[in-house]
Amino acid sequence: MSSDPNFTGPTTEELVFDASEATRRRRPSRIVKVGDHLKREWQLYLMLLPTIVWLIVFLYKPMYGLQIAFKDYSIFRGVAGSAWIGFEHFDTLFNNDQFLRAVRNTIIMSAYSLLFGFPVPILLALMFNEILNQTFKKTAQTIVYLPHFISSVIIAGIVITAFSPSAGIVNTILEWIGVDPVYFLTKPEWFRPIFVGTTIWQEAGFQSIVYLAAIAGVSPTLYESAVVDGASRWQMMWKITVPSIMPTIIIMLIIRIGNLLEISFEMIILLYQPATYATADVVNTFIYRQGIQGGQYDLAAAAGLFNAVVAFTLVMTANAISKRYSRTSLW
Amino acid sequence: MTNMNLYSRGDKLFVIVNMVLIALFTISTLYPFIYIASLSMSTGFEARAGNVILTPVGFTLEAYKRVLSEPQFWISYRNTFIYTIGGTLMSLAFIIPGAYALSRKQLYGRRFWNLMVAFTMWFNAGLIPFFLNMRDLGLLDSYFGIIIGFAVNGFNIILMRNFFEAIPQSFEEAARMDGANEFQVLWKVYMPLSKPAIATVALFCIVSRWNGFFWAMVLLQDEDKIPLQVYLRHVIVELTDDVAFATTLINAPYSMETVSAAIIVCSIIPILLIYPFLQKYFSKGILLGGVKE
Repeated sequence: MSSDPNFTGPTTEELVFDASEATRRRRPSRIVKVGDHLKREWQLYLMLLPTIVWLIVFLYKPMYGLQIAFKDYSIFRGVAGSAWIGFEHFDTLFNNDQFLRAVRNTIIMSAYSLLFGFPVPILLALMFNEILNQTFKKTAQTIVYLPHFISSVIIAGIVITAFSPSAGIVNTILEWIGVDPVYFLTKPEWFRPIFVGTTIWQEAGFQSIVYLAAIAGVSPTLYESAVVDGASRWQMMWKITVPSIMPTIIIMLIIRIGNLLEISFEMIILLYQPATYATADVVNTFIYRQGIQGGQYDLAAAAGLFNAVVAFTLVMTANAISKRYSRTSLW
Repeated sequence: MTNMNLYSRGDKLFVIVNMVLIALFTISTLYPFIYIASLSMSTGFEARAGNVILTPVGFTLEAYKRVLSEPQFWISYRNTFIYTIGGTLMSLAFIIPGAYALSRKQLYGRRFWNLMVAFTMWFNAGLIPFFLNMRDLGLLDSYFGIIIGFAVNGFNIILMRNFFEAIPQSFEEAARMDGANEFQVLWKVYMPLSKPAIATVALFCIVSRWNGFFWAMVLLQDEDKIPLQVYLRHVIVELTDDVAFATTLINAPYSMETVSAAIIVCSIIPILLIYPFLQKYFSKGILLGGVKE
């Protein structure tokens, strides 16, 4: 065809060009596709919009403001206008006795809380699991979950009243056994035990739910074959139940470590006083006093950033260790 | 596991010890509440002397009269209702449509949006940046600030989203074939099917709002706006050291302790009333939310 000099039809090039043009015309462009999609699905995006806007306005925007940790923040100049001073705030913090004390207290209280508070829900779940009488079990559970739903203020009120010097039940009992009454909440050496005990009382029952759910997932055939092998309930608890829920325990431990520094400082604010700052003041209460009450926003923000970075590092480390030694990890 | 006859003697001992321990733990959980209730109905004299242990001594309701006669008590109770109901409705208004949208496979950038939500659960800017942000938005010392500032959280979104995802998408397709738009699908089809999840989220919000005190304390200045928990804190934590208040107690039939106890009882009653519902939905709720995350 192309060799015929009288041929007036399309050339090869034109044919090829036409063919690809037709294909391009049939495949809609990227922009048209997105436009079509929006025309059909705009309502979904409208539904999503308030949530996303809220997250940006209330949670993401403060992350931008976090940079005042590196600035000499002035209300008049705002975040953007304030002068950059690098790590000066961190320098101030690490030379500040109160801050260092707060860090020390945070670590110590977290350690106590982990050591004493972490096992209790697990033990409770194991014990609940061994209860045969369902009515007893359900009633006990109902009672034990209750403190979780009571506000920290009320719990603190109960603790303050119970430990009060003359009227409190604790001192009444002490007097019975011949010990002098103690004004517990003004004594630094008593703060940590009271605080840890209170948080266990408030949360252990409810936290056992997760472990109970994990225990419920253990296959009954494991127990049945153990019975055949002559194992006692005690042995079954430690050789079957605990190993089976170990993944759950590890995950919860990692999460707990991540929250370590976030120590329920609300309870601390409610229970502490200047007389007990020596053991009670933690990083978050330090931030509250310096920042919100004292108005030193940039310094307090720096302390908060320090907190967040440490918490993040802790979780990553815990997760990595867990990945290496067991096969469980958060991600 | 339930046939006690298969239990050896050692096992039976184990079971008994176990039951005793659980019983002790349960009693120790219950006792503080009984103690406070008894204190609240005792005379100030007996309370100060430390004579109240299990039952009220010198029965009197004077402490309650004192507590309930304080106008600030009722104002803060009213405020708590405003924050709780307003806050919960606001939360549902954001969370339900948002979670529905996130659960739809046809949503563009779904992974990105979900990540945006999940990330806020793991990292937040901290106390000070949040506070300054609220200040810059002009939301300090306002009802609206408290209601809107805490309306959304990642956990509830994920919980709701998981639930929506579990409903077969064929429901949506069928409804859309019948000509429904997405709003109608959500409102008429998916929401009725999700009542348990909505109830769970609503209850999480209600409890969190009712008990919340820290940010209310920080963000509010006007006494007329403070919720019950902040007022409670003022009475229980601060008044203990207040000299002026202490002098009013001298010849009164109540004392600091009985007044604190009475106000605690008054604040606890609503939670106790809805507790049966809470128990039912909460245990399911944290599992629903935690599993798929």
